[in-house]
Amino acid sequence: MWSYFARRLLIGIPTLLAVVLFCFFLMRLAPGGPFDGEAPVPPEVLANLRARYHLDDPLWRQFFSYLGNLLQGDFGPSFKYKDFTVTELIAQGLPVSIENGLSAIILAILIGLPLGITAALAQNSARDYAVSGLAMVGIVIPTFVTGQLLILAFGVWLKGTPFQLPAGGWNDGAFLNRILPVTVLALPFVAYIARISRASMIEALRTNFVRTARAKGLPYRTVVLRHAMKAALTPVITFLGPATAFLLTGSMVIETIFQIPGIGRYFVQGALNRDYTLVMGVTIVGAAFVIVANLIVDMLYAVLDPKVRYE
Amino acid sequence: MTQRILDISGLNVRFATEDGEVAAVSDVSLHVNKGECLGIVGESGCGKSQTFMAVMGLLAANGKTTGSARFGGIDLLKADERTLNTVRGNRLAMVFQDPMTSLTPHMRVGRQLTEVLERHRGMDAKAARAEAIAMMARVQIPEPERRFAMHPHELSGGLRQRIVLAMALLCGPELVIADEPTTALDVTVQALILDLMRELKEKHGTSFVLITHDLGVVAGLADRVAVMYAGRVVESAGVREIFAAPRHPYTKGLLACTPRLTDAPTAVLPTIPGQPPDLQKLPPGCSFHPRCAAVFDRCRAERPALAEGGTLNACFLNHTVAA
Repeated sequence: MWSYFARRLLIGIPTLLAVVLFCFFLMRLAPGGPFDGEAPVPPEVLANLRARYHLDDPLWRQFFSYLGNLLQGDFGPSFKYKDFTVTELIAQGLPVSIENGLSAIILAILIGLPLGITAALAQNSARDYAVSGLAMVGIVIPTFVTGQLLILAFGVWLKGTPFQLPAGGWNDGAFLNRILPVTVLALPFVAYIARISRASMIEALRTNFVRTARAKGLPYRTVVLRHAMKAALTPVITFLGPATAFLLTGSMVIETIFQIPGIGRYFVQGALNRDYTLVMGVTIVGAAFVIVANLIVDMLYAVLDPKVRYE
Repeated sequence: MTQRILDISGLNVRFATEDGEVAAVSDVSLHVNKGECLGIVGESGCGKSQTFMAVMGLLAANGKTTGSARFGGIDLLKADERTLNTVRGNRLAMVFQDPMTSLTPHMRVGRQLTEVLERHRGMDAKAARAEAIAMMARVQIPEPERRFAMHPHELSGGLRQRIVLAMALLCGPELVIADEPTTALDVTVQALILDLMRELKEKHGTSFVLITHDLGVVAGLADRVAVMYAGRVVESAGVREIFAAPRHPYTKGLLACTPRLTDAPTAVLPTIPGQPPDLQKLPPGCSFHPRCAAVFDRCRAERPALAEGGTLNACFLNHTVAA
């Protein structure tokens, strides 16, 4: 089994290389460049800038020198944030994004899973309909709307009450400043997890082996926890892998609304500024998270299903 | 006076579906005497399994029952879940027909056995393990200690079926409902399992309900037979009478469909023409009349009751004395 995971980890390397390759050339295919601002730069200055950043080298040479630096952990200088290297920007922003993302995914599991499971156990009851309805609402309302609504509620309407919360700003990660962004980040995932776990528990309860367990006279609680639960968790784990990777690498919308210094903003800002190295940097980090998350999901499958363990 | 261990009376099972109500079981009355094996035969979808799912309290959520099913002083159809759970797996056990999916895939089979003993016998893990391994040996599982620690996917269908059977027998139940218990087994193992069931019946007075398509198994083990068609019992009699002198045309048809060793290899096996009816669109009168060779006008208009006429059967041809 361990050799299987070692192999999976090794397969991640060519995957990551492919991401680097595609991302590098796709960025260069986009029109414009990092120095195209609102005011045109004089041609002589532009030529100097391009020479300074080796943008006048042939593309293949740029790619291989980038790759060489990357292997040494150097993501290169940012074109836009000129006082920083991309490595520095990521090192500053990533921990913030990871903390928020991790809090959000844990919150989403702690709320979503019990909601979904209890809804499944009381299928077609008022409780079930309430959970399904709320989950639908949580999925269809975009975070930029829930974010603004919560700011309006807790930052404006409840101003002066004990329930007032900071409407934005980071304040070095003070607990109160994290509540709203983490909540907004978690909400759609609460909804997804509730929906998936409800559906998979309903399915698990219909299996023949749950019928066998009931025929043994086991209390329903034991039937659910011992026999149905593991089967019901598999689809949830499948969803959680990519979802966690997505959350840990930051959210552009949330980080913009709440002015949080994470790396989520760089995905969009970097692309708009044609900040080649920054876009490459955050994309590679994102891809690495997805690869690792999928590997963890596979390991959890082995925990849940003995069949996987032997293959 | 023989003691009735299970007494089903006027059982109806209805499923509410999006296309309307399905009458899976209608007005079924059956009983099982102590130490007796009752065979239930009929084609797929005739209600044999659902009758006993209802008895076990294991119907799907959209299933509703009326009638009664008395077992050891309890009406199983009206008992709450807590009462049912003291009976199920303990005094009343069921062997399911699909061994490939009837065991929990992520649990070792040993644990799936011991939990029954821990639940009903209050045994500790060690005693339960010894008891479970002994039972595994009894149902002809080779190397029970090694198999005890395996997961279901590591066992063949035949072994899984025997695990399911062992599970049912663990607490020494008074009644075992076996739904196609030998279908997944090869003939030699099938014979061993049937021997074991016969031994339990004769030495321990265990009663059985044997639900099956296999008339050979019924002939070998059952004392009485009930034939079901379209959710109703159409004939019920002792096993000798059923095989020697079947009265209902459906029973006659079923028996005619059984190949015999004395048949010429080229002989065409007779079949009952047509299909069992859709339970939502049952024909008027006798449910079997569209497929019956002996049909006459009254069969299309009126449903024959289950009445004495050679055997207890539901056919006008045999009801000579008009009520």
